[in-house]
Amino acid sequence: MDNRQKEINNLKDYKYGFSTDIENIQAPKGLNEDVIKFISNIKKEPAWMLEFRLKAFERFKVLKEPDWQKPKFPKIDYQDLYYYSAPKSMKDKPKSLDELDPKLLETYKKLGIPLQEQARLNGIAVDAVFDSVSVATTFKDELTKQGIIFCPISEAIQNHPELVKKYLGSVIPTSDHFFATLNSAVFTDGSFVYIPEGVRCPMELSTYFRINASNTGQFERTLIIADKGSYVSYLEGCTAPMRDENQLHAANVELIALDDAEIKYSTVQNWYPGDKDGKGGIYNFVTKRGLCKGKNSKISWTQVETGSAITWKYPSCILKGDNSVGEFYSIAITNNHQKADTGTKMIHLGKNTKSKIISKGISAGSSDMTYRGLVDISSKAKNSNNYTQCDSLLMGNKCGAHTVPYIKNKNSESNIAHEATTSKISEEQLHYCQQRGLNPEEAVGLIVNGFCKEVLQQLPMEFAVEAQKLVGISLEGSVG
Amino acid sequence: MKEQLQKDFDNSIKNLSLSQKDIEIKKFCLDNFIDKGFPNRKEEDWKFSDLSRIIKSNIGELSFYNDQTSTNKVDTSVFVDGLEHNKIVFINGRIEKIDFEYEKKDQIEIIDQSETINEFKNSNSLSDLNNAFTNKCFKILVKKGYQLTKPLIIYHTTNAKIWSKNINLRLNFELDKDSSLRLIDLFNDTSEKNFLNIFYNFELKENAVLKNYKVDKLENKNIKYSFNNIDQDKNSISETFILSTGSNFSKNEINCNLNGVYASAFVNGVFSLNNDKHHEIRSIINHLTENTKSYQLIKSVLDESSKAVYQGKIFVNSDAQKTDGYQLSKAILLNKESEFNAKPELEIYADDVKCSHGSASGSLNEDSIFYLMSRGLSYQQSRELLINGFLLDVVEKITDPEIKNLIKNLIGIKE
Repeated sequence: MDNRQKEINNLKDYKYGFSTDIENIQAPKGLNEDVIKFISNIKKEPAWMLEFRLKAFERFKVLKEPDWQKPKFPKIDYQDLYYYSAPKSMKDKPKSLDELDPKLLETYKKLGIPLQEQARLNGIAVDAVFDSVSVATTFKDELTKQGIIFCPISEAIQNHPELVKKYLGSVIPTSDHFFATLNSAVFTDGSFVYIPEGVRCPMELSTYFRINASNTGQFERTLIIADKGSYVSYLEGCTAPMRDENQLHAANVELIALDDAEIKYSTVQNWYPGDKDGKGGIYNFVTKRGLCKGKNSKISWTQVETGSAITWKYPSCILKGDNSVGEFYSIAITNNHQKADTGTKMIHLGKNTKSKIISKGISAGSSDMTYRGLVDISSKAKNSNNYTQCDSLLMGNKCGAHTVPYIKNKNSESNIAHEATTSKISEEQLHYCQQRGLNPEEAVGLIVNGFCKEVLQQLPMEFAVEAQKLVGISLEGSVG
Repeated sequence: MKEQLQKDFDNSIKNLSLSQKDIEIKKFCLDNFIDKGFPNRKEEDWKFSDLSRIIKSNIGELSFYNDQTSTNKVDTSVFVDGLEHNKIVFINGRIEKIDFEYEKKDQIEIIDQSETINEFKNSNSLSDLNNAFTNKCFKILVKKGYQLTKPLIIYHTTNAKIWSKNINLRLNFELDKDSSLRLIDLFNDTSEKNFLNIFYNFELKENAVLKNYKVDKLENKNIKYSFNNIDQDKNSISETFILSTGSNFSKNEINCNLNGVYASAFVNGVFSLNNDKHHEIRSIINHLTENTKSYQLIKSVLDESSKAVYQGKIFVNSDAQKTDGYQLSKAILLNKESEFNAKPELEIYADDVKCSHGSASGSLNEDSIFYLMSRGLSYQQSRELLINGFLLDVVEKITDPEIKNLIKNLIGIKE
């Protein structure tokens, strides 16, 4: 117990809250066509890419910030943000890790993500994104042998324009909602993955996002394409320094699964949540959407959301191919003044499509949590099935937990089942655990981990351990 | 529509003897309505049922003025046989008869409230429309400790005399301490293409019991909106049952405020739809204090290109510890054109609560049909038996045996 207690004490404060003192190149403050051209220019992008951005920006100008969400926030001044920030040493791209700025290496080491390949034993290829640029991608050679492309999206635009051109914006078009369109206009970097036909990606691919510079928004874009019969598991992690102001993170993630392909996308989101009084923290307004384009394809989202001042995202699946499968597993934990409005959309278009939603929400302190989801079975999606379960756990009487599911069934041969419960940890369970020698916090940790088990099981091994710890830490101080 | 509204409004207040203040309030409501118009899908509560569009495509131009100077003849053939009951009869929106023949006269008070307009907390533009155009509003007060011996049936009758009209009704009920009322709303519409806008307000004092059964069975081409606001004090019980079948479009809204401890609310509903009918039930149960309970069960059978919507919300205030809230909606889609939409919502701010909801929709279970057919029933018989059983489940929730039988007969459900 002592060890565990020590560990918890070490982790009690947001341990990723440090910032790295590093020289930056930034775009001029504000949002206008010049800034977009600046970003495009510094990335040496081809003309069609700039056109894509400008088209999105045109659309953005007429869009209004949505306001239907549950967590309200003060108005964001989009002109008061830097849309591009990169470590100066990245200007001329280092050819290998040895040339990388030692300060950056140090930062990632501190975050527990050693970039030196030899230091990695568990065989996960990492793409590390620092503010607006991708600083390093590991295991590139090994992946190339199999024909897998895993590189920063800015590189992919240069080297694989045919793929990017074909798929970028095909799931989240430039004319989508406010934040997605903003991202299309100003996205800076992110990961690109292409798994060729019939290849099963031999290792987990992973991106690690880090916001360092202050007053910047991070707008990354991830594009994953799984060609026919391929498989990939992709992990995403994120942290940010502790700052008093709220920082905006509006990423777009697009997944495309062709015939018989499977994509598994896992996120452990641990952005800085703000301090105990709700000051500071990241606004995590992310658009994630997967398209099961081919027959028998499968996309599965797993997310553990513990950080951010406000989380507002709905990883979705469009089940277009016949027999395709969409899954969504989520744990969302809010404590102190954190707010979350998250869930998923399952849009059934193809025949015999199946989807499953398991969502576990835990709110403690003065936080507020909303599950919002849509299950839409269109009239053509014969013989489709959906199962939804969303459970909420409340700790304390100052927090809130809400469930807002939208269920649309337009097909008589399809079935939808939805269940939701809200409850608190029962006194009996707590008493039982304490009777066996656990202190109240450990008991709560144990019960909560049990509550979340269905989702934690879906995570890759390395992540599951981290996530389990994170669940314990996030609820620190919420008992008693 | 604006000129029409103004003109009809001027016409309708001309016939009423209202004080200047009342006219101003009515005018204010009218302006509000003109400003907002009929609710459309941009409003979250009307997301699944765009009333503005439905009125436009089904009725076209509405007129709002109802000439209520002459009386209508009460057609006694619509009265329910075999059940002794008190009556209130509305014909084309005009109150023709109030009759509490089975009750002690001094225990029930009927108050003409035409002048006072009470605002609903949870109002929309339709309540403004209702306020602007209702010309008679009665309050029925059941006095302390009195329990009505016979049920009260409100007959809502419209006939072919009216067409493309908006009819607004309002009734207030107050159930004093320890009193009880059984109320049946029976719709008898032989008219076409009218928009009925009905508001009820119930005030339940300590230990009061209200049972409200709404029966819309007769096929008709009208558009109906009904709003029930129920305020409940300590230990009171409200039971609402909705049979939603007959009208072309119907939306029933129940807004229930559980203000006192141990108050409980039950909302049960049956949708049985065919053709291109579009019906909705929206319930909002506000648990505002501790130890309150709510239970909701909604079942739908949808044939042809009909559409049913259920929006149910359980709200639990931070003071409302020990709340017990339950909500279940089930739908059977019989035709590939039919559609079921649901939005079962929980909004919870207290931790020591037990709240859950479930929703399921799909086709009739082929295995069950196979089972019945293997025992000698035809496909059609098996189907009917299964649907019968499916709906019986809700009807069985009716706590009053007399009325349960009446409703069973009305729907044609066998035991």
